[in-house]
Amino acid sequence: MILSRLARSGRGGIVLLVLGLLAALVLPWLIYPPVALDIACWALFAAAVDLLLGFTGLLSFGHAAFWGGSAYCTGLIVLHGGMPFPVAIIGGALFAALLALPIGLLSVRLTGIYFAMVTLAFAQMIYFVANQWRDVTGGENGLQGIPREFLGLDLSDPFFFYYAGLPFVLAGLFAAWRIVRSPFGRVLVSIRDNPARARALGYPVERYRLLAFVLSAALAGTAGGVFAIGHGFAALDGLYWTTSGQVVMMVILGGIGTLWGGAIGAAIVVQLQDFLATAGFEGVGIVTGSIFIVIVLLFRRGIWGTARHLLISRRQADPPVSPAAGAAEEPVESPEPAPAPASPHPAGD
Amino acid sequence: MGEGPAAGPHDAGSVPVLRARGLVREFRGFRAVDGVDLDVAEGSVHALVGPNGAGKTTLFNLLTGFLRPTAGSVVIDGHKELVGRTPEAISRLGLARSFQITSLFAELTPHQHLELALAGPTGLGWRFWRSDRALARFTAPAAELLARVGLAGHGDVPAGSLSYGRKRALELALALALDPKVLLLDEPTAGMGAEDVDRTIELVQEIRAGRTVVMVEHNMNVVASLADRVTVLQHGKVLVEGPYAEIRHDPRVITAYLGDSDVAR
Ligand SMILES: Nc1ncnc2c1ncn2[C@@H]1O[C@H](COP(=O)(O)OP(=O)(O)OP(=O)(O)O)[C@@H](O)[C@H]1O
Ligand SMILES: [Mg+2]
Repeated sequence: MILSRLARSGRGGIVLLVLGLLAALVLPWLIYPPVALDIACWALFAAAVDLLLGFTGLLSFGHAAFWGGSAYCTGLIVLHGGMPFPVAIIGGALFAALLALPIGLLSVRLTGIYFAMVTLAFAQMIYFVANQWRDVTGGENGLQGIPREFLGLDLSDPFFFYYAGLPFVLAGLFAAWRIVRSPFGRVLVSIRDNPARARALGYPVERYRLLAFVLSAALAGTAGGVFAIGHGFAALDGLYWTTSGQVVMMVILGGIGTLWGGAIGAAIVVQLQDFLATAGFEGVGIVTGSIFIVIVLLFRRGIWGTARHLLISRRQADPPVSPAAGAAEEPVESPEPAPAPASPHPAGD
Repeated sequence: MGEGPAAGPHDAGSVPVLRARGLVREFRGFRAVDGVDLDVAEGSVHALVGPNGAGKTTLFNLLTGFLRPTAGSVVIDGHKELVGRTPEAISRLGLARSFQITSLFAELTPHQHLELALAGPTGLGWRFWRSDRALARFTAPAAELLARVGLAGHGDVPAGSLSYGRKRALELALALALDPKVLLLDEPTAGMGAEDVDRTIELVQEIRAGRTVVMVEHNMNVVASLADRVTVLQHGKVLVEGPYAEIRHDPRVITAYLGDSDVAR
């Protein structure tokens, strides 16, 4: 098989990169351009969440705050500041990072389900504030009519805007990749695998988690900003918990800790939702939810994760098993760290 | 990581490098550590022995900040109070530890483990914008440490897939990589065969040069061949303290261990 030969040669990464870039470039030719943009934005959003979930071991259930918060901020900068949209997107991303600072400070001491709950609570608070603060956010109407032009160029055609927004998404994905493959990313993985041991090596675990949280929020904010400009509006539901849930679902579908898997998850969910909506189907959530359950039951590692696992296990006889991220609970006081989750013999599945 | 204020008299040798006073740790009313005083002399190998549940690991956790004492104080270098500091801060003050239950990063290779340990003080870990190839500067010292604990040739498989003995060796290499002033080893020979035990004794002999070692150890042969001083714990309290030759004949120690199968190990 060609794929496994590629994986064995070690050049698979470059080939996949080229294929991925090609796919990103031709996407609006293949599918309805606004849907293509949605996929790109959600792919970056999912990568941002995977940076936390897959590489730091933290399940954030409040990332809607950064996606939606940045969407509003980006919209406001364009509407009231009259700034060109690239400036607004960067402003939105910075706003998301700033917002993540206090939320992260108050939540990174927790892990597992507690971290998920606290981030969810903060995000819902921000949703509430946005709903109440009508003068600025437009309440239930959201921000409407955000113009899409750049240096006099009219980009209101979704096909053209796709190519205006894509560089931001690609830059964000590159940043996520860089972070994961950096010395910082190495420390994050160690913290994910065994926080007590990381502490014993002298790494201030909470501060590392905080920086990861802020970086993740900035990337989620970039995605949310492009999304807002692309649609010409910022809506309340971008801040609602269902947005946080959806992006987590995409990450799990694609494969936790794969970074690119989220793009596949995003493509599936966005396409499916679009298909069901145009078909006039009512229970979109039921269908996506069911498909989610089936895929998770069939492929424990998600789609990308399973594919990668198959390729790697062909390459080497004895592959590592990736432990479920975030599974290792860490009490505030941890007398003995949990024994390493991986067993010498990978579970055959 | 400065030297700290050079206050206080420095009478080398007489001031213990690590001093605990009145350490208490309660778990829901149960005193696992109950008023322990401990003086560890600089450059010594100090063994901590006692039956199962005596509070040895709990004491280690108190010394290294993994648990907060209910009462008491821990001072390193004669003037730096450790109680209230985080484990990572204590580690950076030169107090490194190994864990009784092997505690590694399952997905990282031994080589990557050591790179992390060596990179800690450099601040390289914060550079999220750099390639992880920047860690390559630690390749040579990491390989050296691996060779030292007998892991040469096993540096590039995920640590989760190493055999038990090799995991223990990696534990030791990690603690060593921090180049600590005081090294706390929690049962470094637990579950090892005679051959590995001998190698570990040799290794500890080697690494004690220039530093202080505190080790929890059930194996009395290991204690006999390594320890300058021995503290015997029982029910969270210090039962006896002294050189091994003295305490081994102490009737209280014999009673405390009577029927404890670990002595036989
Ligand atoms: N986190 C905890 N919560 C409650 N009790 C604890 C906790 N940690 C330790 N203990 C109790 O404190 C006592 C001392 O435990 P510790 O692990 O310090 O013993 P030890 O001397 O290291 O024993 P061993 O030789 O078996 O390792 C035991 O009775 C243990 O059950
Ligand atoms: Mg113990």
